[in-house]
Amino acid sequence: MRNRAMGQVDQERTVSAVVNGTPREFTVPARRLLSDALRHDLGLTGTHVGCEHGVCGACTVLLDGVPVRSCLVLAVQVQGAAVTTVEGLARSDHQGGEVLHPVQEAFRECHALQCGFCTPGFLMTIAAGLEARDPAQPVTDDEVEDMVGGNLCRCTGYANIKKAVHHAAATIREATR
Amino acid sequence: MTTKLFGEPVRRREDGRLITGRGRYLDDIGHDALAVAFVRSPHAHARVTDIDVDAALDVEGLVAVYTYEDLLGPMAEPLPVLIPHPQLTAPRTGYPLVRDVVHHMGEAVVMVVATDRYVAEDACDRITVSYEQLPVVVGVDAAREARHAVHEDVPDNVAARHHQETGDVEAALAASAHTLAFTQYIERSACMPMEGKGVHAAWDPADSSLRVYTSTQASTSVRAAIAAKLQLSLEKVEVVAPDVGGGFGVKIVHPWPEELLVPMAAIALQRPVKWTEDRREHFISSAHERQQRQEIRVGYDDDGRLTALDVRIWHDNGAYTPYGIIVPIVTATQLVGPYVVPTYRVRVDSVYTNTVIVTPYRGAGRPQGCYAMERTMDRIAQERGLDRAEVRARNLIQPDQFPYDHHLTFQDGRPVIYDSGDYPGLLDKLTALVGWSGVEERRAEATARGKLLGIGMAMYVEGTGPGPYEGGHVQVLGSGKVLVSTGLTSQGQGHETAFAQIVAHELGVPIEDVEVTTGDTRRFGYAVGTFASRAAVMSGNAIALAARGVKEKALRIAGEALEVDPSDLEIDEGLVQVKGTPGISIPLRTVAVLSNPLRYAFDEAAKQATQFAGPGDDSKPPVAAGDAPGLEHVDYYSPVRSTFASGAHAAVVEIDTLTWEIDVVQYAVVHDCGTIVNPMIVEGQVHGGVAQGVGGALYERMAYDADGQLQNASFMDFLMPYASEVPDIDIDHQQTPSPLNPLGLKGAGEAGVIPGTAAIASAIEDATGRRIAAMPISPTELYDLVRDDAAGRVAPRRTGAMA
Repeated sequence: MRNRAMGQVDQERTVSAVVNGTPREFTVPARRLLSDALRHDLGLTGTHVGCEHGVCGACTVLLDGVPVRSCLVLAVQVQGAAVTTVEGLARSDHQGGEVLHPVQEAFRECHALQCGFCTPGFLMTIAAGLEARDPAQPVTDDEVEDMVGGNLCRCTGYANIKKAVHHAAATIREATR
Repeated sequence: MTTKLFGEPVRRREDGRLITGRGRYLDDIGHDALAVAFVRSPHAHARVTDIDVDAALDVEGLVAVYTYEDLLGPMAEPLPVLIPHPQLTAPRTGYPLVRDVVHHMGEAVVMVVATDRYVAEDACDRITVSYEQLPVVVGVDAAREARHAVHEDVPDNVAARHHQETGDVEAALAASAHTLAFTQYIERSACMPMEGKGVHAAWDPADSSLRVYTSTQASTSVRAAIAAKLQLSLEKVEVVAPDVGGGFGVKIVHPWPEELLVPMAAIALQRPVKWTEDRREHFISSAHERQQRQEIRVGYDDDGRLTALDVRIWHDNGAYTPYGIIVPIVTATQLVGPYVVPTYRVRVDSVYTNTVIVTPYRGAGRPQGCYAMERTMDRIAQERGLDRAEVRARNLIQPDQFPYDHHLTFQDGRPVIYDSGDYPGLLDKLTALVGWSGVEERRAEATARGKLLGIGMAMYVEGTGPGPYEGGHVQVLGSGKVLVSTGLTSQGQGHETAFAQIVAHELGVPIEDVEVTTGDTRRFGYAVGTFASRAAVMSGNAIALAARGVKEKALRIAGEALEVDPSDLEIDEGLVQVKGTPGISIPLRTVAVLSNPLRYAFDEAAKQATQFAGPGDDSKPPVAAGDAPGLEHVDYYSPVRSTFASGAHAAVVEIDTLTWEIDVVQYAVVHDCGTIVNPMIVEGQVHGGVAQGVGGALYERMAYDADGQLQNASFMDFLMPYASEVPDIDIDHQQTPSPLNPLGLKGAGEAGVIPGTAAIASAIEDATGRRIAAMPISPTELYDLVRDDAAGRVAPRRTGAMA
């Protein structure tokens, strides 16, 4: 017997969204968090869950290009939207390989990750931050602080993450010349 | 010549998967597994009078419910006291699920298994546990007063009395020209890895075998614990640490109740079962560390040189002692730091409170010891009217005094004998790096801006790389691939890279050919674990020895094939060749094929090997006595005792006199971890440690109320540093190789966190002229301290300090 207290939260809904450039349809209970739907229904486990209350930023994904905390979004809310996760950050080289996003390259180059659990959230936040600015201008320390200031990392002390943002911005700037 | 790899900032080999979302953390495994959720006690101390699960039985998707009554055999017994100690006279541990009495908020009372986590939590919500509340003990002072007992049969709340002394401290104090006595406090923080704990277990009924993935720092030990508690034969249990999202100590404890309960359910239900800890669970049911009350008496001469030190510590060990008294022993023995302490006595009472257990968090008692010693140095400097750096310089162990015996017994039961170091060198580098002598100009400049500026320093010595052992396995395949494994685990330290650097260097192969596996009992069964800054020292050296064994065998086989003396051969870029005679060579992969007398020509490598195969001696067996097929070697490194790393930190703070916000504006680190395998990784470890040190000094605390409720059990309320709270860090290195191990390594993992609280307390005191005797300190607390006329004032040492 269904418990009355459940109400409508577990009613199943079918959601259509473009995930990492591919149209996807998935059926989830109305209460399912976007983070859980991505990880467990779509198998995109690159998005990590660190606190489930919107503070740490590990679960950050792009919703129509804007960073959101996927633990604070219901899966049913992304109906008709474009969702980008860390798995969609690199682009295909059309030869079976992939070309990493400059911020991914920069994280490796600058040792901006240790355990790697918070990394996807940082990558998505920073990628959106770099996308939103004039790539021809050198990035300032304030801009960098802004881009990384809302995510928690327990391993790196942030120094190398900030360095990586500078590095990625410089790479993008070079490419625009 | 092979590219130089050892000592170079080689980019990490684990990063490729981690930056593309291809890492494999615990919760990424087994989406079809049944999910576990727990009903945890909302009370800190209470007797369970009834558990009513009836309402949960209606929840669609519920699979099973377990309480203590369902635990059988060894599972119904208390969890193990992992590290007994003669002075741990009243050890207490909990049960996997609460039996009768809850001793801290967050203890698991009921385990629910359901089709998914949402459903499991629905069921938990419908289970009613009735409690009879009991009096609660929170904090070391309440534990000490013992008006109430945490455990009925331990009325004084004392789990252990740890005591070490190097002479007659009372006589030495009486004979001292000057003495000081003071009391100070340090509070609780926690490791708080971004990934909580988690366990996935799958039972293969046909094979009667169990595979467990767990987010652990000690997979071999979890395996042994599961086998013992679930009464399985060891070879039927595999435990794998997948990618682990940070540890910092909390994941060294084993077995966590969930590491037993989840496999138990998987076997009973014959289905894969998974539990992923959520953040609140991590706050209220894993582990914390650091709370101590320290009463210090010190004697010294006119020049500020120590003559006697007597330290009385009350250490809060929380509700249970599964990890023994490792943390208080580390505090007691590492407290002496880089100084000559002619007579030392330390007495630690490790006391029970109705709070989450206390087990090692990065530093593991060292930050508290450093806080005690370094604040003592500051007090002596103030009393003698001396510069704080000068007092330290006068008390340092000198470079010609190594090995230096403190006549203490370390956590591993071995003597505290410092193997090597150069502490005056550290101090000189630090004062230069931070600009110690130029601080008065900066203070004046800050004052002009309405800010109070202060500087502080702290030095430490850290026992790293304790035994008993770690092992390494190195195997060269016919493909040329070099497989390396070690039993200890990784939580972001870059072991796949550092260990590959060691093997590439030792064996003379391209690093691209080397593949490292850690923490997988299928690959290496014997290990101790990743803690106490021991991975590079222990497994690094074991792997180096294993690689040397492989090299010796490779040269012998190649020598036979090339008909040259092995001592004339070298390996470079994966090619075994005659030194100085290019051209006479054989690829290492071919040597690997030759090493096995059975070589069907499955592939080119095997075919090529036949041309080197000699005629063979018909009078001898194909595998000689004492030899073995295959180009592989296992070796172990077991040190006689720990190796001692060291360092010195300085912090400059600016304090806003309106908000009393404390801003760390400069942070300088001089660090000595002996020979460095990868400086990029070591600096990363220092950065992360310093961030945790700043957090522990200024932001992080576990806010238990008098009822034992943890009031800040979320990232909203427990303030971990964001980027905006962590200062830029200037680092200078010093390398005094350890004479104890083949590679000269000392541990580097924990160092960054150790002196933070001491250095920042000193800097705040310097800025405000107010005695700082309790850490961490918030702006509100600092405001109250400055406004409170009764609070201790520090005599101004310099012009510009606040009067």
